[in-house]
Amino acid sequence: MQMPETFERWFAARGWTIHPHQRAMLDRAGAPALLLIAPTGGGKTLAGFLPTLAEIAKGPAPGLHTLYISPLKALTADIGRNLRRPVEEMGLPIRIEDRTGDTTRTQRRRQRADSPHILLTTPESLALLLSYEDAPRIFAGLKRVIVDEIHALAESKRGDQLMLGLARLSSLCPGLRRVGLSATVEDPPALARFLARRPDPCEILTADPGPAPDIAILDTGAAPPWAGGGGRYAIPAVLDQIARHRTTLIFHNTRAQAELFFRDLWLANEDALPVAIHHGSLSREAREKVEQAMAAGQLRAVVCTGSLDLGIDWGDVDLVIQVGAPKNVKRLVQRIGRANHRYNAPSKALLVPANRFEVVECVAALQAVRENDLDGEPRGPGPGDVLCQHILASAAAGPFDADALFAEVTTAGPYAGLTRARFDACLDFAATGGYALRAYDRWQRLKRQPDGRWALRDPRAAQAIRMNLGTIVEEEKLKVRLKPARGGAALGEIEEAFAATLTPGDSFLIGGQVVRYEGLREMVVEVSRSPGREPKIAVFAGTKFATSTRLSDRILTMFRAPDWPDLPAHTAEWLALQRDVSRLPERDRLLVETFPHEGRQHLCIYGFAGRNAQQTLGLLVTQRMESAGLAPLGFVATDYATLVWGLDEVTAPADLLDATGLRAAFESWLAGNAVMKRTFRSSAVIAGLIARNLPGTRKTGRQATFSSDILYDTLMKYDPGHLMLDITREEAMKGLVDFGRIEAMLARVKGRIDHVRRPRVTPLAAPLFLEAGRIPVQGAAEQRLIDAAADRLMAEAGLA
Amino acid sequence: MTAHPLTLSGALLSALPSGALYWAEAGLLAVADLHLGKAERLARRGGTLLPPYDSAETLTRLEAEIARTAPQVVVCLGDSFDDDAAARALPPGAEDRLLRLMAGRRWVWIAGNHDPGPATLPGTHLAEMRQGPLTFRHIARPGETAEISGHYHPKARLSLGGRRVSRPCFLADAARVILPAFGAYTGGLASDAPVLDALMGPGAVAILTGPRALAVPMRPGRAR
Repeated sequence: MQMPETFERWFAARGWTIHPHQRAMLDRAGAPALLLIAPTGGGKTLAGFLPTLAEIAKGPAPGLHTLYISPLKALTADIGRNLRRPVEEMGLPIRIEDRTGDTTRTQRRRQRADSPHILLTTPESLALLLSYEDAPRIFAGLKRVIVDEIHALAESKRGDQLMLGLARLSSLCPGLRRVGLSATVEDPPALARFLARRPDPCEILTADPGPAPDIAILDTGAAPPWAGGGGRYAIPAVLDQIARHRTTLIFHNTRAQAELFFRDLWLANEDALPVAIHHGSLSREAREKVEQAMAAGQLRAVVCTGSLDLGIDWGDVDLVIQVGAPKNVKRLVQRIGRANHRYNAPSKALLVPANRFEVVECVAALQAVRENDLDGEPRGPGPGDVLCQHILASAAAGPFDADALFAEVTTAGPYAGLTRARFDACLDFAATGGYALRAYDRWQRLKRQPDGRWALRDPRAAQAIRMNLGTIVEEEKLKVRLKPARGGAALGEIEEAFAATLTPGDSFLIGGQVVRYEGLREMVVEVSRSPGREPKIAVFAGTKFATSTRLSDRILTMFRAPDWPDLPAHTAEWLALQRDVSRLPERDRLLVETFPHEGRQHLCIYGFAGRNAQQTLGLLVTQRMESAGLAPLGFVATDYATLVWGLDEVTAPADLLDATGLRAAFESWLAGNAVMKRTFRSSAVIAGLIARNLPGTRKTGRQATFSSDILYDTLMKYDPGHLMLDITREEAMKGLVDFGRIEAMLARVKGRIDHVRRPRVTPLAAPLFLEAGRIPVQGAAEQRLIDAAADRLMAEAGLA
Repeated sequence: MTAHPLTLSGALLSALPSGALYWAEAGLLAVADLHLGKAERLARRGGTLLPPYDSAETLTRLEAEIARTAPQVVVCLGDSFDDDAAARALPPGAEDRLLRLMAGRRWVWIAGNHDPGPATLPGTHLAEMRQGPLTFRHIARPGETAEISGHYHPKARLSLGGRRVSRPCFLADAARVILPAFGAYTGGLASDAPVLDALMGPGAVAILTGPRALAVPMRPGRAR
């Protein structure tokens, strides 16, 4: 396709020349699917939209022409602004609107009646639109779909849901063309298969990646602590960097660490540099305020988490600081890309290892970034829970033919390998619940009509199905508000599990303030300001990624060296100390340490198998300890080790780690454990077995709702072959289990287990004590503790 | 199985680990909030299709408790059925199992807020019941004494140095005992909820259900 003259003039007037990849997108405007890989700031979005603008400019017609989908609501608004400018300056008759969860009812209704030319939306809003009966009319005439930041969507179930939505759209709009945009892709052909409608081809366009980033470890002049998270030791050096740059983004891996860092940064901020905090647990108002101040150039730094990984063109960011090991090279590259959104200028980034082990990880990650060795695990086939939701949403849109829906679903990349039997099982689940017990006619959500099509038994159920759409299942959270005023300022949210550990008088950090817990009222956590007190640390569950095998191997290779000239002296000394006190882990051996600490016996297994596999190892080992009567209490896993604690000492760890026993334990383990129950809950919500807890539906009288654990236990007992349990197993295997990597590690080790007993925590084990995500073991030890606690409490209360 | 002994107005009671209450002297077993037919009611109303095994599970627990205590009287403290229609249309087999349990003993259905309607099953249907010094009713009344009730599904949390346990529990003080819900698909109301705090006197205990009945102070933070 030729670029219209108006466009040429507009480019020329601004002194711009069209990038080769932008030209290439125009040249291939007719391709059924295209994947563009271009660096941030490389005019990627405009490249995606150019064919649309050119087509509408040449032959304006009413109705929807292009659908733009991004993972972030904020991004749709930002893209809208950036796109309207050239459209207005070129005087093009093009209407651009966004539609997200924040769009008003009135506007949404109007959009359904009178579509703009370009609609900017999110996967969830698209799923909702497709669930309306008038979806065919809304999307009639749609020509192109642009999926932005497609690599981010492809990492989660949101991407699977989106691809099912695009399959539907392709049926509604034959000839629909798809474009995927991304800056960081480790496996472009896999992403192309994910995007394209089967069997359409998908060409991959790669833009000039621009100059290599300027990236280093921040020199603080001081050693990181022996253990600890958050990198607070580096605050003076970080403040110095903030002062020397226009705008700095300071990324943290967890919200709790961001909070602690932010508080201490302010305490040390003698020049009162304007610094703010941004993360997903803060109230929307608080986040928007920061975003606006940032856009207006009023802030010198923002302490943030993954909430700023993607999206908004902050423009003036000229430095990114990553605090804590990045764990994942792809994410690190993405974050580095947040600095300097100008093409052909290197992004500048500094890494701050939070402790000495992280120094090793950071050095390994730096090497990987320089070699552009991105990590990432293939996600495997599309999950069943998302398909169940899609089937219900299809029924909400109107009666459907099962054969046609199956054919359509299998055109979606993630569901290309879906078997008819699996599809039918999901359909049966959506229709009847899919239970082995078939006695009742009341278990019918979908019914077969005389014409053979499936329809909702009760059309009113469509509303409930729409309310439940989406694949993001969050932990139960409670709002935090300031007392005394009713409706006092909302500070943010904390997880219910954390709130439950608070007793009045406890203090914790939120939004950079220390607050005192006053009580829980109508599911709102009431707090008062309480400056100057040492706070508890709020536990916010965050997404955790496993380090790739390649990154782990880099670290183990580093350990083999006789000395470490590349590492800072403090870290080299620490490794040497570990070598003296115990030993360093080796690639073909397995190091296991045991030591007592604070009244508990500890067992540390250095498998270097990645977080998920180390977590599974923790589950299996604690299960075997439980049956051996060793009273395990819990464990925590990181990418390199699993730390187990319990009441009794483990004297023969090799017995716990033989491959045959572990495999047997694995089978029975799948039945009853916390990870499976957590996975079950989120799959059950997505599949529509349990309703989401929507804001406002939860009141103080909670007798009516019960925990999803009860459903899990019931199914395990009465219907162990149920589809939801299959799906839960599959999802746990994919995300949280990674058993294959344990087997690979044990096969490599071949029984060469080195057991080191020490009287206290070893240097290498120390950081594990600060890891979040401790998993309790429900077993005999728990009852022992309950008994002791009950005796003590009764005695204290004078009731015994 | 270890029960927890309680005394209420001179009656010696046992809080059983299952959540049932046994009064040996009167040969009386009390259970609260069975919510039989809950999954069925949700399915009937076009809601979610929960696993249809809750009634069977609840009855299995009840059978075990009756086999263990062989009571002459069974008192169901209301909300025995998830609604009146659920009582009329029990899942297949459930009604037979109930009738078998009722055979040869006195069986009292106390009316609950979920199942206030007319009776379809045999047994005695009462708004409340007095026996000896005790009164059995669905919802506790402030100011009453010697009262056994259900309704609230109380649940207690225990902090154990960084970890928490949450279990259905009895609440007991000098004036009353509130039973936990016995039904399979039942959630709970935290024992520190204001309504329970207002009902229960100082020195109230929460008796956790589980492998054995275990008493803890209902308000551990406010020990005297």
